[in-house]
Formats: sequence, structure tokens, C-alpha cells
Amino acid sequence: MTLHTEPVTVNIGPHHPSTHGVFRMRVTFDGENILDVEPVIGYLHRGTEKLAEERQYTQVITLTDRLDYVASMTNNQAYVLSCERLLGIDPPVRGMYLRVIAAELQRIVSHLVATGFFMQDLGAFATPLMYAMRERERILDLFEMLCGARITVSYMRIGGVFQDTPEEFWPALGRLLEELPGYVDELEGLISANEIVLTRTKGVSIIPAELAINASLTGPMLRASGVAWDLRKAAPYDVYDRLSFEMPLGEHGDNYDRYLVRIREIRESIKLVQQCVEQIEPGAVRATTAMLFRPPPGEAYVPIEAPKGELGFYLVSDGSIAPYRMHIRAPSFVNLSVLREMMVGWKLADAIVSLGSIDFNMGEVDR
Amino acid sequence: MTQSPDDVGGPLGSPYGQSMPAPVISWDADRIEGETIEQLKWSAQEAFPDPLIDVPDDIKHSIAVTSVDALLNWSRRSAVWPVAFGLACCVFEMIASAMSRFDISRFGMEAMRATPRQADLLIVSGTLTWKMAPAVRRVYDQMAEPKWVIAMGVCATSGGPYYQGYSVVPGVNHIVPVDVYVPGCPPRPDALLYGIMQLHEKIKKYSVGSNPAGA
Amino acid sequence: MTATITGQRLGAEVSSHFPEAVVDVSDGAVWLQPASIAGVCAYLRDDESHQFALLSSVTAVDYVDHFEVVYRLTSIVNNTSTVLKVRLPGREDPALPSVAGVWLGANLQEREIYDLMGVRFEGHPNLKRILTWEGFEGHPLRRDYLEPPLPYTWPHGG
Repeated sequence: MTLHTEPVTVNIGPHHPSTHGVFRMRVTFDGENILDVEPVIGYLHRGTEKLAEERQYTQVITLTDRLDYVASMTNNQAYVLSCERLLGIDPPVRGMYLRVIAAELQRIVSHLVATGFFMQDLGAFATPLMYAMRERERILDLFEMLCGARITVSYMRIGGVFQDTPEEFWPALGRLLEELPGYVDELEGLISANEIVLTRTKGVSIIPAELAINASLTGPMLRASGVAWDLRKAAPYDVYDRLSFEMPLGEHGDNYDRYLVRIREIRESIKLVQQCVEQIEPGAVRATTAMLFRPPPGEAYVPIEAPKGELGFYLVSDGSIAPYRMHIRAPSFVNLSVLREMMVGWKLADAIVSLGSIDFNMGEVDR
Repeated sequence: MTQSPDDVGGPLGSPYGQSMPAPVISWDADRIEGETIEQLKWSAQEAFPDPLIDVPDDIKHSIAVTSVDALLNWSRRSAVWPVAFGLACCVFEMIASAMSRFDISRFGMEAMRATPRQADLLIVSGTLTWKMAPAVRRVYDQMAEPKWVIAMGVCATSGGPYYQGYSVVPGVNHIVPVDVYVPGCPPRPDALLYGIMQLHEKIKKYSVGSNPAGA
Repeated sequence: MTATITGQRLGAEVSSHFPEAVVDVSDGAVWLQPASIAGVCAYLRDDESHQFALLSSVTAVDYVDHFEVVYRLTSIVNNTSTVLKVRLPGREDPALPSVAGVWLGANLQEREIYDLMGVRFEGHPNLKRILTWEGFEGHPLRRDYLEPPLPYTWPHGG
């Protein structure tokens, strides 16, 4: 006697303990197998692009912090680079080195958070998250030394960075760089060879390379599918052309590869910060610029490699003190295009873990 | 059991380049949701009055809470369980306050319940949009009394940097009554813990004869 | 370093395959006829010399007398990038064919443009509002969007 089953549509979110922010999915199940997924977003749409049309170019920096709220430094960097292209300003070399240090530290923070929440979705309730957040607190202390804020930093300015580093920053950074590789080894030792992690994430939600490129994926999601594309190497900005690092690649594009790429990128970021510390010279940190920017009419778009993918601000200027149009190419929003292809055919438990492995951030998705 | 990396895309295949058509059900669900949001938006223009515990000044120093009240208030404030309700950036400071450095477990609050039915406290952290407002109201309604609300961050207090926005609620007190406002963008975990301690001070003043919390 | 393919060069190559498609060229971009966008995009994605397989972004700008939809394409294999633009004159019901069939990544981005700017994409499988809610009046990112007046009251009046 066969069992009669019927597909059922269930709503997951927007308030749900396992979704990363206010994200909603309508999932159609046959038992535990997923037949269809429809993401519903917009629960955090704050109208950043519209508000930017009323603010001066420097005031928009504070709005950009709050997009990907886990990685504010890189948001600032992308916006400021686009403004500098529009205005034709070159920041001084020390400013660029400080930007790269801040951005790479921010990448470490973002990948630690991603790994911690990935493990929470797998069911290791908060323990790996506590380990990851412990290191994050040390890096946030460094940010507080740099600019006074932990999360919404607004550290970068058009023409450089806000201010030079205080004296206690460099010894603290040195201590962190000595101890961080050991902590990353400890975290990875808990996770990478763990039998439960391997069984639940290896071979799950595979994204082949052609699908990844066609779905406009960028960042660790694309590199986990085996595509060697990193904007820090392909289109270097700031001082990335003077620094050397490797690009960790995955093989299959499953959840495990996405996690592994992120952990390895933390190590590469540590190397980048070390090189910057060796190469940095004293000097000005900010170019002398006007108080009120009135760029000539035109447009600019400088994409950077944010921790979540390719982030860029498309700025259109009409000669006034505020941008005429600011469009945010948000990596998390575009990475969600692949959600259906990634989840259909897998089970409910895998759905939550796959969401964790995409590592999207609702501040960016909804803007 | 794991599938091999060779079969990709699941039973519906992987036709990249063409999206599957939307199921018919979702248009209706979206329209109903939109009507709920519009109704809430036009009815929530006035903020709820803050639930203050009002004691007239002249008798303030001669009121003593009875021992039954003291016992109830002590037990309620010693383990106020929050709902894990994070909207935007402030949620990361709330999570940081629950982690090992700023330990919220000293207050008995590390058990962030996933369901509002087991929780006492709703910490609204982050910007509230009109689209999310019915969900917040529903979560608040599902909590059992006594219940309290902390508005964490300036976005929850008044709309914050986004108060001019077309889709942002100017303060979560338009949707739920708020007991403690914690300003900051985002407030440090220490500031949130101070706000929680102020809530504990407020809980000390409740009395069985007066209005219960969250009525 | 990613080489940008200039509008002039790309325009010449596109018009050799699609005679009527190119409207205008400049250093930074190629303007195309709205009706030809899907065909040109498919050609640019598959052609051996271009291989623009990655669509970086689709966005729209509201210049008051016309709308402009901007496509940024990147080629991973050749490490080049280029910009296509489509000009939609007037403000009444701007529409053009969708490229969601060419690149899956255009799906959500075109829905966002429809929601915030009001530009319709013909052939899109699921053109619904995505960031605002169904029943929201108007398209907020347009330059002439007026918010309905809401009576926010503050406790002490005013």
C-alpha cells in the first residue's frame, strides 16, 4: 500500500532563529524534500539609495557603514574609491596601506562570523560561535583604537582615512598577528575534520562553475566552485598590486568548500596584514581636499572584493554636492539569485545550512 | 546519505539561464501581506504611550513594596529571557553582549528563546520597516505577560538615520509599547547591559495591585 | 588589470553582427536599441572573442526626460569589462526585454528595478515587487516620487 503524500508550502521567517537577519522563504516540501523555494526579501529595505540623493558625499559614508553591517570597512572603501574616481583624487600611500589593513582585518571578522553562524546552523548551538566571536572582539578593539567605533566605523574618507593610528595600535596589532594563526588553527581543528560536518556538508547544495558564473556569483561562493576570480588580483585597487597572497579555491562548490575557502582566506588576510605592517612608511594619511565636494558631471564605478563578493557603488554626479544617483551593487543580493538552483532537491535541514554557507547579510540584500 | 558530486541540481535539473516559473500561490500571499502592511501603516501613526510606573512625588518615599511583591519582582528580574529578535546592525552588539566577553549570562539572560511564547523580553534591535511591522506585532502578541520591550538603538527609538525613509517606521513605539530606550548607533554591549539593568530597576517597582507589565 | 573595452570598439563589433542595434557610442559605454538587448547580450555571452559570461550588475537611472538601464559585463576568461546602456525615452510605462533568460543573475536585479523605478521587463518570469510590498503606491526611487503625507505626531505637539 503506497502512502499518499501531497506537497505542502511552509513559510520560514521573517523572524526565525536560523535565518540570518530578516529573510523569508516560502518552501514547498514533499515530506522533507524541497520541491521549490521562493525567497521573499525587503523586510529591511530602508531606502539607502534614495537617502543618499539628499546627503553630501561625505555624509553618505555613514549610510554605507550600515549596509553590510558585519563588514563596514569594506563598504566604506568601495564607496570612497568610487568617489575618488569621480573626483580624480589620489590618496597618499600611507592612507592606502591603512585602508588595506583595515579592510583585511574586516575580512577576518566577517569570515569568522560567517563560520560561527554556519556552525550554529549545523546545530553546534553556540560553542564555535563563541570561539569565533572571541577573536572578533580583539579585532573590534583595534577598530576602536583607529576610529572610536566597533561596528559602524566610518573610518575612510574621500582622499584617505580619517586619522592616523594611535601609538598603542601597532603593538596591539603585532600581538594579534602572532596569536591569530594559532586561534584559527584551533577553530579549524574543531570543524574541518569533524565527522558530522563532513557528512552533512560535503556534496550538499553543489553549484557547478558554469551556473555560478551565470548567476553572477562573486566572492567566496564563486571561488568555492573552482573559478579563480578575485578582484584584488584581477583589478587591484589601493596597494594590492604590491602585496602577494594566494587565492584559495574549492573543487566541487558544495557547502563544505564554501566554509573551507573562508577559513583559508582568513589565513591569507593575516599574511596581507603582515606584509602591510612591514611595508608601511610614515606620511600623510589623507589628501588635502575641498570641504564640500562638487564633482564634475559624470559617473564612476570601482568594484572591490568585499568579504561577501564584488561590492561596488555606481555613482552618477550632476555637479551638485549630493550624488544624483547612487546604486549599490550588493554581493549578497546578487548571490541570492542562485537560491532555487542550490536548494531544490535537498532536505529541509540542508536548506538552513546552505543559507549559512551563502553568507548573505540582510543589510546588503535589502539596502 | 550524500549524493555524489556528479549529479547536480537535484531532481528538477539545473537549467541555468531559465528560471522556473513562479508558483501561482505566491501572488495571492503577497497581496494579502501587502494589504496587512498598508492597514497597519495607516493605523499606527500615533505612538503608544510609554508604560511608566507613575508614583506621585509626595508619597514616593513612603511607598514600600510588600514582601510578596518583592519576591515576585526578584524572581522576575533575575532571569528575564529575551526573544532572539534581531533586525539590523544592532543585533551584532546584542550577540556580542551574549558572548563570553560581555557576559549576559550573569543576569540569567543567555537563554535567548527562539519562540516568543517562552520569553519575557523583546529586544527590538535594528531598523523596523513597515513591511516587518506586522511580524513584530505578532511576536509581541504571542508573548505571555509579564512582558517588557527594550528598543535598542536609535533606529528602534525614533527611526534613527533612516527616519526620513519611505519604508521605515519612525520608532518601534508605534507598533509595541516600549519600556526602555537604549540610544546608540549601535549601542555598545555595555550600554545594552546598562539598559537591561534599568529595566531591572523598573521591574523592582511593580506591585500586585497595580497594572501588570505589558498589559 | 581588468581592461575596459571602449564603447567605440565594442560598438563596432556589435554592429557588425546586429546592424540596427547600436544607437550611440562613447568612451565608456555603448547605447543599444531596447528591442535588441537580449540578442546582443546572448551574443556577447557566447561569442569566443568576448565571452562576457559574468553580468556584474543591472541598474537604472532616472534622468528626468528618459530612463537609462545600465548593464555591466565582465569576462573572467579575458579579464575585460564593458558597459551597455539602453535609453528609454519618456516617463510613461518604460519597458524593454528582459535578460533573465541569458544570465540567471539578472532575475532579482530586474525585479528591483521594476519595484523602485517602474521599468517593466518583458519576458521576465516573475516580475513582482521585491523590496517594497504589494500595494505600495508608486516607485520610490523615481525623481518625482512624492511620499503621501503622514501625520506623525510628537508627544509635545508640533
